[in-house]
Amino acid sequence: MAITDAPKIITSRVGYDDSFTLERYLATGGYEGLRKALAMTPEAVAAEVDAASLLGRGGAGFPAGRKWSMMRKNPVTYLAINGDESEPATFKDHLLIERDPHQILEGVLISAYALQVSQAFIYLRGEFALGLERLQSALNEAYAYRAVGANIFDSGFSLDIVVHPGAGAYICGEETAMLESLEGKRGFPRIKPPYFPAAIGLYGEPTVVNNVETMSNIPWIILNGGAAFAALGAGRSTGTRLFALAGHVRKPGAYELEMVKTTFRDLIYAPVLGGGIRGSNTLKAFIPGGVSAPWFGPDKVDLPLGQDEVGNEGSMLGSGSVVVMDSATCMVRAAWRITKFFSNESCGQCTPCREGSGWLERILYRIENGSGREEDLDLLMDLSDNISPGLHWPPQQTTICVLGPSIPSSIASGIRMFRDEFLVHVKEGGCPFD
Amino acid sequence: MSHLNADMRARAGELVALYPEPRSALIPLCHLAQEQDGWLTPEAMEDIGDLCGVTAAEVRGTASFYDMLHTEPVGTYVIAVCTNIACLLGGALELLEHAESALGMRVGGTTPDGVFTLHEAECLADCDQTVCVQVNHRYVGAQSPETFDALLDDLRAGRREADIPPHGTLVRVRRSVPLEAGRAEIAAERKAMAQAQAQRAAAARASGGDGGATS
Repeated sequence: MAITDAPKIITSRVGYDDSFTLERYLATGGYEGLRKALAMTPEAVAAEVDAASLLGRGGAGFPAGRKWSMMRKNPVTYLAINGDESEPATFKDHLLIERDPHQILEGVLISAYALQVSQAFIYLRGEFALGLERLQSALNEAYAYRAVGANIFDSGFSLDIVVHPGAGAYICGEETAMLESLEGKRGFPRIKPPYFPAAIGLYGEPTVVNNVETMSNIPWIILNGGAAFAALGAGRSTGTRLFALAGHVRKPGAYELEMVKTTFRDLIYAPVLGGGIRGSNTLKAFIPGGVSAPWFGPDKVDLPLGQDEVGNEGSMLGSGSVVVMDSATCMVRAAWRITKFFSNESCGQCTPCREGSGWLERILYRIENGSGREEDLDLLMDLSDNISPGLHWPPQQTTICVLGPSIPSSIASGIRMFRDEFLVHVKEGGCPFD
Repeated sequence: MSHLNADMRARAGELVALYPEPRSALIPLCHLAQEQDGWLTPEAMEDIGDLCGVTAAEVRGTASFYDMLHTEPVGTYVIAVCTNIACLLGGALELLEHAESALGMRVGGTTPDGVFTLHEAECLADCDQTVCVQVNHRYVGAQSPETFDALLDDLRAGRREADIPPHGTLVRVRRSVPLEAGRAEIAAERKAMAQAQAQRAAAARASGGDGGATS
């Protein structure tokens, strides 16, 4: 398998030291996609993105073109870009923001033209201090270059973009919570329906919300055509994707790979990618798409990196982050820390999530620290079932947003795959890995 | 009486003007207040409320939701040690324990001299650099107990002042221009384009097309 033969669609510049500057961007084809798009009709630009079958890169994997076409029936008012990357072990948007901010801006401009929005906002995670500075600098440069603002490149199309900082809240990555936050409020997800901000978004106006990585793909799609993008990958998973590999591998990092044509085994073991498990340990389990996703064991390592391919096996490709856990990993501790995260980040609106996450965290903590009881395993599963009935994936929901139903993923995976390990903690009165 | 100084007032005005509704500037204004004072003071919340058209209580109610907005004083350097899954696998709990003993306090505390505050952080999105640590939201690279002690020394000696400003200063790059396209101009542009699109669609229908490339 030729892992590295596919074109680098979104990471072509990251190797340059000055990849974030306008000078480098222009020297490497920057803003050519925007010039081309402005010479096309908005509907033709949208048609190219439709033809690319680009799935949104935020986590849910909704087709970007379809999101847009829902909008084209009504006039769109706002475009809001989600750069609140916070799903644990996900660090691909962080790279794109710091290393190639102009590419994001160009994607936003092309999308705003296709959708004819009146203003665009880029909501960046507050903890990205350098990313905020890089993106604001790039925006200042782009205004001076006349790629943003009034009468862009003398085309008669005008658009203003605002870079907006968050302030530390995982939940603001949920699109309706992000809009609430952008309105200056607590990041409380909105009650659905309406399911999409397309109907009622920012200030109650029709709004498209897209992810940073999704935007980064747009300039290439316009320059090379939607068909060229759709020719990469397979099935519904077209193009390339930036995978963030973390955990017990020799070479953790963000790798842009052609969808479906690469497997988890390639990503974890190939010398040019993860380089294998650290030390002399073996693979125990991996999380295929952010900590909201159910875990996989080594038997699933030959699955392709594709949305449906992973979805059909009961988990998700999600945010594109892969966490590798080796044979020395305590699965109770891993599940406890992930659950503690959800407990910290629950916004508090819905009882099953707010209370349930704390109960689950405390039960896992006592098992890990030697005060667990055998019946705690059933209690964990029962509580989890109250948050997400049936404990399957995609999950049933008892809450306003999907944070709640994501909590049981690691717990149910841990108990189903490593029940004996949980029981050893109880019987021995502590963690066998300590 | 304004608590924010004249420069901050000017910048606050610029921020409010970027949004269709002034309340949208609430979080950016909280960051601005933290840049002036290091934390979000009750007086600053009054000012922000005035600027956004809400009460100071609403500002506090919103700010208290967000981890980065501090309604009590914090140290000059807020050290955030990630212990989430990738860093946990890389020894984060051990590093956090080391940080506590090196600073002589528990997580959440501030040193008596007001220099350091220690936080346990959720994932900071730099997971190939474990254990991931930020100081005032600036990445300082993968940390181990040994490098952490050197980092504290550097911070104490002022050797990191160029890349790590005091707590509260989040973005050192100021937006260079206000909004360029006025609302009336944008509305006129969009209306003209909508009419052109409708004409193209009608022409396509008349010539037996399927109603245009968008459907």
